[in-house]
Amino acid sequence: MVHDMGSKPMRDKKYRFLSQPRRVVEDRRFVAGKGKYIADYDRADMAHVALMPCHLPAARIDAIDASAALDMLGVIDVVTGAELVAAIDPLMNGLDTPKVRRYPLAVGQVRYAGEWVCAVIAESRAIAEDAIEHIRLETTALPYVLDPEQALRDDSPLVHPDHNSNVLLDKKFVWGPVDDDFAAADHQLNFCVTWGRNSTVPIETFGVVAEWNAWEQMLDIRASVQMPKYADQIAHALGLAGNQVRVHYDIDVGGSYGVKRGIKHAVLIGYLARKLHRPVRLIEDRLENMRAGDAHGPERKFDVSVAFDKDGTVRSMKMRALDNAGAYAGRAPFQLGKPIGAIVGPYRIGSVAYQAISVTTNKAAQEAVRGFGQAPTNYALETAMDRVSAFLDMDRLALRQHNFIKTDEFPYLIPSGSTYDSGDYHTVIDKVMAAAEYPKLVATCNQLRKDGMMAGIGIATCLEPSGGNSSFEPLLNERNQTTTWMESCQINIDALGTVTARIHTTSSGQGHETLVSTVIGEILGIDPDSIRVVRPNSLESLPGNSPVGSRMAIMLGGAAARAAEKLKAKIIAIAAHHLQCDATRIDYQGGAMLSANGRHITWDDIIESAHRQIHQLPDGMDPGLASFDIMQVPTGGDLPKDGKVHMYPCYSFEFHLVLVAFDPIIGKPEIRSYTIGHDCGTVINPAIVSGMTYGGIAHGIGAALLEEFAYDESGQLMTQSFLDYLMPSSHEVPDIQLVKYCTPSPHTVFGQKGSGESGYLGAPAAISSAINHAVAGLDISFDKLPIRMSVISDKIAAATHHRSDSG
Amino acid sequence: MNITIDINGKNVSAAIEPRVTLLDFVRDVAGLKGTHAGCEHGVCGACTILLDGEAVRSCLILAAQAEGSQITTIEAVDGTARQPGELSVIQDAFCEAHGLQCGYCTPGMVLAAKTLLQHNPTPSREQVREAISGNMCRCTGYVQIIDAIMLAAERLQGRNQPANGA
Repeated sequence: MVHDMGSKPMRDKKYRFLSQPRRVVEDRRFVAGKGKYIADYDRADMAHVALMPCHLPAARIDAIDASAALDMLGVIDVVTGAELVAAIDPLMNGLDTPKVRRYPLAVGQVRYAGEWVCAVIAESRAIAEDAIEHIRLETTALPYVLDPEQALRDDSPLVHPDHNSNVLLDKKFVWGPVDDDFAAADHQLNFCVTWGRNSTVPIETFGVVAEWNAWEQMLDIRASVQMPKYADQIAHALGLAGNQVRVHYDIDVGGSYGVKRGIKHAVLIGYLARKLHRPVRLIEDRLENMRAGDAHGPERKFDVSVAFDKDGTVRSMKMRALDNAGAYAGRAPFQLGKPIGAIVGPYRIGSVAYQAISVTTNKAAQEAVRGFGQAPTNYALETAMDRVSAFLDMDRLALRQHNFIKTDEFPYLIPSGSTYDSGDYHTVIDKVMAAAEYPKLVATCNQLRKDGMMAGIGIATCLEPSGGNSSFEPLLNERNQTTTWMESCQINIDALGTVTARIHTTSSGQGHETLVSTVIGEILGIDPDSIRVVRPNSLESLPGNSPVGSRMAIMLGGAAARAAEKLKAKIIAIAAHHLQCDATRIDYQGGAMLSANGRHITWDDIIESAHRQIHQLPDGMDPGLASFDIMQVPTGGDLPKDGKVHMYPCYSFEFHLVLVAFDPIIGKPEIRSYTIGHDCGTVINPAIVSGMTYGGIAHGIGAALLEEFAYDESGQLMTQSFLDYLMPSSHEVPDIQLVKYCTPSPHTVFGQKGSGESGYLGAPAAISSAINHAVAGLDISFDKLPIRMSVISDKIAAATHHRSDSG
Repeated sequence: MNITIDINGKNVSAAIEPRVTLLDFVRDVAGLKGTHAGCEHGVCGACTILLDGEAVRSCLILAAQAEGSQITTIEAVDGTARQPGELSVIQDAFCEAHGLQCGYCTPGMVLAAKTLLQHNPTPSREQVREAISGNMCRCTGYVQIIDAIMLAAERLQGRNQPANGA
């Protein structure tokens, strides 16, 4: 339910299309079942792949005998890691860890239960699956390690013996006078919280189709992917030139939220397509996806100390974040880097010490997950605020308000080097408290308690850093000199006067076609529904970095706006030439006309001149009406200095207020009320932003209460299907009251900020806060997500028994 | 084995292995790609189709079991009379409320909504919630899906018609 509580006027201009309730262009084909997903892509003569896993968490591969499988009718080939290692380069990871090599299939050694040891290629997926049962795999079990603290010890089994350590990354930062602040503070407290291993788990698994054209020496890739520089990485691993790999962006992706990286899959299938001279397809089944798709999210243990005064001022924080990357580096270590860009959240914490440690263990590899590590860090930060409030016996909200950065303090430089653009946190809080009728909420909570239920109110605030330039990469790895994370857009107006824009990425539900057509329509003053947006292939594209890091409203919206402004300037120049006046005297009236001194020229006349009549154009002007823009991240571009770097141009804000209740014996948490205040600056399409926020909250409810890739002591993944990896259904997600507010960013074209990670970044902290509030009277707390109902009921039972025993 | 299934009013015949699921038959034999595979173990509902008018999971049914039944997929959600490019009331309501994002679960959701509204033309929000609880969506948090189905119910009741019926 949308409850728009009003907002500041979006600067002083009225938009015609932007921020207006308009339909989402993409929806038409999706509601008809006419999306073009990877599994819908058929090719004659296509070969199919199934993957053989090893069930041990660590093992030496002694022999693979595929002869019986190869004798089966319809089996084309069986490929092992040993074959791959001789033919391709290891996958890139961005870290300085050359001995942590990762290939699409296990090479010599298996490093987690379920890891793929060989690929079977057959005339059908069913035959390939049958053939796996006829392959003999001989292994010798090796010692393994699952716990990240244990992985740090000298006597731990090594996941990558050549690397001589399980540590991928161990970086210590001290920003500001931490020791002095701790010494000067009235109090300090320490705690530990753990974020469980979950992921976004899209309903569509990952899939890829590769075709090799030997005559053109071209590898065509179609994939359900959301991966920056995908074509480059595939070419690099396969030893192909950049222009020999053509990734087709016109595939609709059935959900991603960060994880659909698919690099090991594409390299494997690309290799097979070249080897076999046939189109080859891999569509993960759910089991392959869950245990070996390498798409798990962060699993992170935080040790936190905070120093604060008796009036509630939080002076300083020390945070040690230990992340369990799993068996290979993936993007996991960098997910410890993004949170540095908002390490103090919305608070005026003056100094921070941060240690980021990423270790390998014998679990599946991690990929990027919505928020890129920000949600776990925010859970730790918000837990700190709740703990300080409890220690001081101070209202949790009052403590936060006391520590908030005030609206007149922006731009605000935080200790780790990022400058927050804008915000009005106090106002958002006030609006949420009013919309949720806070006194009534408290009364409801108290009544539930009187009725014998456990009930608690949870609060959490959160920032969503958006539009970044990936500068956590050079911050965490000095040999990595990344300082741009550009995005681009091309626009052409054809000879009939219609507008087509090209964007250079796949889309997984973010509505990029709607974003771009709305922005271009706004600037050119023409109906966005008349603008076509296409997604060509990587060879027809300008550089871009895909929809990661809540960046597309800022970066793709920005590039589209800038490209449209260039076209508009050309149109105005043509008009001025026709009307024999200065360009500044042209009144641009969108698609209708341009007038000066009462004279006018129509859109059609300008199109005609641009396309057919160079004699009507200003001297030296090129014919046609086309433009492009490659946009650098606003405010970005510098390498880190002294362990500090400015990371993100924009910071969206959200405030969650929830009421959770549960029966003390059953322990099943029910969300009785959920209100979120959300400020992501100027909104381009309201329905898209609302939908992402609701969806993020649902995903956060899963992370808080249900979802975990849980391994048993023998290293087996216990949650391999949707029967045991539990995700929120419509029963678990309540109606949500969404309070919108707008503080425009000064750094973007329209004042927009990012919103793709909204909801998810704060919901887990808020739900944890509510459950801990509910049980505070029992002197117990829950320090690990997800907080499962069994844990709740067990802990309450233990606490109650303990009380009756001692009482 | 040879089987024939009525899919969207057309008889589709093929020689198939007995183990072929109805989902694979619909997608690979009938070539109707709007029905999607999600979990392939009956939990997510992305493969929902109508079997003799009732929403079922096509990944849990063998094609052979469906012989003699009438199957309706998203491609014929509102009968086959509509022209390509023309939306049904339910589909249009999903667009109006933006009750989707990536679109992968959407055909299943639309069919779940159709079944609900056939049985209960005036559902409450809670009844809608119950009706789609077997269909997983990872994008939307369900809020705008429920909005869409409530809107569809209202429109199918004709409450959105101008008062004079013009």
